[in-house]
Amino acid sequence: MDHTKTFFLDGREIPFKDGQTVFDAAMAAGVYIPHLCHNPAYEPHSSCRLCTVIVNGRPFAACTQPAVAGQMIQNDTPELKEMRRILTQMLFVEGNHYCPTCEKSGSCKLQATAYDLGIQDNHFPQFFQRREVDASHPDFVFDRDRCILCGHCLRVSRDVDKKNVFAMAHRGIKTEIVVDSPTGLLKDSRLSVEDEAAHVCPVGALMLKRTGFTIPIGARTYDRTPIRVDSVKNFKAREERRHG
Amino acid sequence: MAEKLKVATCSLAGCFGCHMSLLDIDERLLDLLEVIQFDRSPINDLKQIEGMVDLGLIEGGVCNAENVHVLRHFREHCRILVSVGECAITGGIPSMRNHFSLKECLEEAYIRGVALENAQIPSDPELPLLLDKLRPIHEVVKIDYHLPGCPPSADAFWHFLTELLAGRDPSLPLQLLRYD
Repeated sequence: MDHTKTFFLDGREIPFKDGQTVFDAAMAAGVYIPHLCHNPAYEPHSSCRLCTVIVNGRPFAACTQPAVAGQMIQNDTPELKEMRRILTQMLFVEGNHYCPTCEKSGSCKLQATAYDLGIQDNHFPQFFQRREVDASHPDFVFDRDRCILCGHCLRVSRDVDKKNVFAMAHRGIKTEIVVDSPTGLLKDSRLSVEDEAAHVCPVGALMLKRTGFTIPIGARTYDRTPIRVDSVKNFKAREERRHG
Repeated sequence: MAEKLKVATCSLAGCFGCHMSLLDIDERLLDLLEVIQFDRSPINDLKQIEGMVDLGLIEGGVCNAENVHVLRHFREHCRILVSVGECAITGGIPSMRNHFSLKECLEEAYIRGVALENAQIPSDPELPLLLDKLRPIHEVVKIDYHLPGCPPSADAFWHFLTELLAGRDPSLPLQLLRYD
């Protein structure tokens, strides 16, 4: 019987169904694995590497790694925590993340993940890259300073909305999200408020106008619930909606 | 009674909000003053650190030549040096100028600013020279601890100082760790 298959996560036996990833099985069992480029509502992407776990002694991205019976997997170890801290600190120094003035602060997955990892400094020298803000659209502001290149907007616009509004351009440190429009500006693109892609940004890069600071400090998503608890709760709620 | 620990503080390119938040510990200040005494600090207006102090708290990033001197002075005279607040740790709001050249910033303020007469960029020799980019302080001197927040809350200050003074790891617990 499929549902009796299990693997071991930090010594705990986790059940899984055939085809399920390590990430999905762990979250369903209530074990949080830090992640940024993955939103469990969509296909995994395995680019941020934050969800890296050690499977039978080798590192794999949990969000794309199929669960196999009997695997010995490590998630909560000092080494993995340190690696996740470094990856997150690198995201902070590569972009321009001004938490004190950001409308997303308190509901930002990057910030909440950094809290979860206990990050109190960025360790590395700040890049202070100049990145362009696109506030041309009547309903959205696109602030590339805050972009972590997770690709959510790109993938959801392509796969769900079927509009392909976003793409990644250039390479390496020059990589940025560009907009499919004659001018390169959002106002001339096909993005609209009804699009799912308009609401999936985990950070404050793509935000609805006129909604900033509407929720007071203390009542924002991760003021109320740490991301470790919130992620698992949302994951389980989504699974229940899908499977009844 | 054991000798009190000496604490020095200063604000570089900051807004003094972190100092205000430190004072926000309210009556707990009296408990704190049982075990520490302030050396150089805007709180008592002492201008130089005499000898060595046990703890230095630095607010704000490094934006000009004077900031560099003050920061190095603190590093030389503080056994433990702490980067306090978003500006000291990441550069914060003042570092938004880093996206432009210094020339562009000065011209925007002093040449193209509103209602200016005889517009000119200030060049009095007494003015500290601006650095071309504002930097977080850990990029200039070694920092022992970081206390994040904009500002760190009074409770975060209290937790940090009491844990450190007790000789324990002063890392902030999740409920006190904030970047805003």
